[in-house]
Amino acid sequence: MQSQATYNYKVVRQFAVMTVIWGIVGMLVGVIIAAQLIWPELNVVEWLSYGRLRPLHTNAVIFAFGGCALFATSYYSVQRTCHTPLFAPALAGFTFWGWQLIIVLAAVTLPLGFTTGKEYAELEWPIDILITAVWVSYALVFFGTIIKRKTPHIYVANWFFGGFILTVAVLHLVNSAEIPVSFFPMKSYSAYAGAQDAMVQWWYGHNAVGFFLTAGFLGMMYYFVPKQAGRPVYSYRLSVVHFWALVFTYMWAGPHHLHYTALPDWTQSLGMVFSLILLAPSWGGMINGIMTLSGAWHKLRDDPILKFLITSLSFYGMSTFEGPMMSIKTVNALSHYTDWTVGHVHSGALGWVAMVAIGCTYYMLPRLFGKMEMYSVRLINTHFWVSTIGVVLYIAPMWIAGVMQGLMWRATNADGTLTYSFVESVKATYPFYTIRLLGGTLFLVGMLLMAYNMFKTIASGKAVDAPVLEPAAAHA
Amino acid sequence: MDINDLRSLFTVVTFALFIAIVWWAYSGKRKQAFEEAALLPFTDDEPVEAAKQTATYRLNERKAS
Repeated sequence: MQSQATYNYKVVRQFAVMTVIWGIVGMLVGVIIAAQLIWPELNVVEWLSYGRLRPLHTNAVIFAFGGCALFATSYYSVQRTCHTPLFAPALAGFTFWGWQLIIVLAAVTLPLGFTTGKEYAELEWPIDILITAVWVSYALVFFGTIIKRKTPHIYVANWFFGGFILTVAVLHLVNSAEIPVSFFPMKSYSAYAGAQDAMVQWWYGHNAVGFFLTAGFLGMMYYFVPKQAGRPVYSYRLSVVHFWALVFTYMWAGPHHLHYTALPDWTQSLGMVFSLILLAPSWGGMINGIMTLSGAWHKLRDDPILKFLITSLSFYGMSTFEGPMMSIKTVNALSHYTDWTVGHVHSGALGWVAMVAIGCTYYMLPRLFGKMEMYSVRLINTHFWVSTIGVVLYIAPMWIAGVMQGLMWRATNADGTLTYSFVESVKATYPFYTIRLLGGTLFLVGMLLMAYNMFKTIASGKAVDAPVLEPAAAHA
Repeated sequence: MDINDLRSLFTVVTFALFIAIVWWAYSGKRKQAFEEAALLPFTDDEPVEAAKQTATYRLNERKAS
């Protein structure tokens, strides 16, 4: 250990702390809009009405919470598995401040009503340009670090992170192609029209799920599950096949968001078939992650971080079974436009994405602040149970509500008239909305526990940058 | 030959490419390299012995089966 060089933990610390903060903000907005669905009186002013807050919620949890978690974990693991500090530290710092600026701009412009109307790509054109600048910088930092690595191999987690970074760049550039018409108020028109615009949007939308919320988070799984379990990934060759299968398949699944629309029928069927094929790589990856614990299952008993990681993989398995099933056209005829979709999304977003991000953040925080472990390990365990119960209370009523809505909407009388008016299905949904609000609130409470635990850990520790080790040292 | 033939061809080529990747990943030649790569998360700070033992154990287990 001759070299005095240290890993660049500063930017990891910044992103890790903001993961927790934005998680709380995004989930709080989620709880507010869940309450607005029960009590419409809560739509007090137009800026804080459901229609404006809902895109704020999705952007905050996906890009602010999930995004910060992805930046933090990818920067952490790429340095350590490449045995070299981050390439271009100033640019890495720019990705942090640039990303925070984008989040703040989203939090201001979305309530003001500036939106492109494209789901998960609502931000208007000046912000789109800023996103491009930050993302290109992210790619330079990440791939620059890989290029100057001291190891012969590129660890599989970095393949997943790299695939996620490249794909999101392409998705953002293609879907955000737009003609600006004014700077203030911000307004642009999509470069595409009609069914093509819809297809481009859902090619983007589904691959945002597939690469932002899946490939990137699988990168976390492939680094942090082996680290926390203290054993290498169950099958490395399976992880290689997992990566390529996911890359080859996900790109085609988007049309399942447009079943029974003006999209050509063959395109819908293609989307359905590829969605069904996706089950194989998804479950291959899930099994690879869970089986990493093979022979060390006892560790699950008293390691709450491992509980978070392994439970997240169970939810990943559940939602990647549910997704292909819902993409079948006849099932989709029942499920689409109902709250079943909302339940499915949250089984993935809370159960998989949030839980794996939380587990990885708990892993990193003590190491970033010179501690052996978090301020309170018991509190991590409490967080785990509170959020697990929260997820279940969220998704179960949404499944029931969704199937109920689908059945009520399609029910017809003998003379062909509709059995129920739309408002009757809304009325029947109220109890389930209330249970969902309870589940979402529990998940938010869990995040508050995490924030307390984090600040206590930071208060008693100090920022520490680990020394860069020569890879050869490990073979001694 | 119109553009749709090229599209079909592209699908066939990517499928063949994927099969080739699977074959490559499971070929004996890659075994050693993949085992080294799998240990990369453990080459930084913590004792690598435990992880190595697990890898060897699994290898023997697979040889036996």
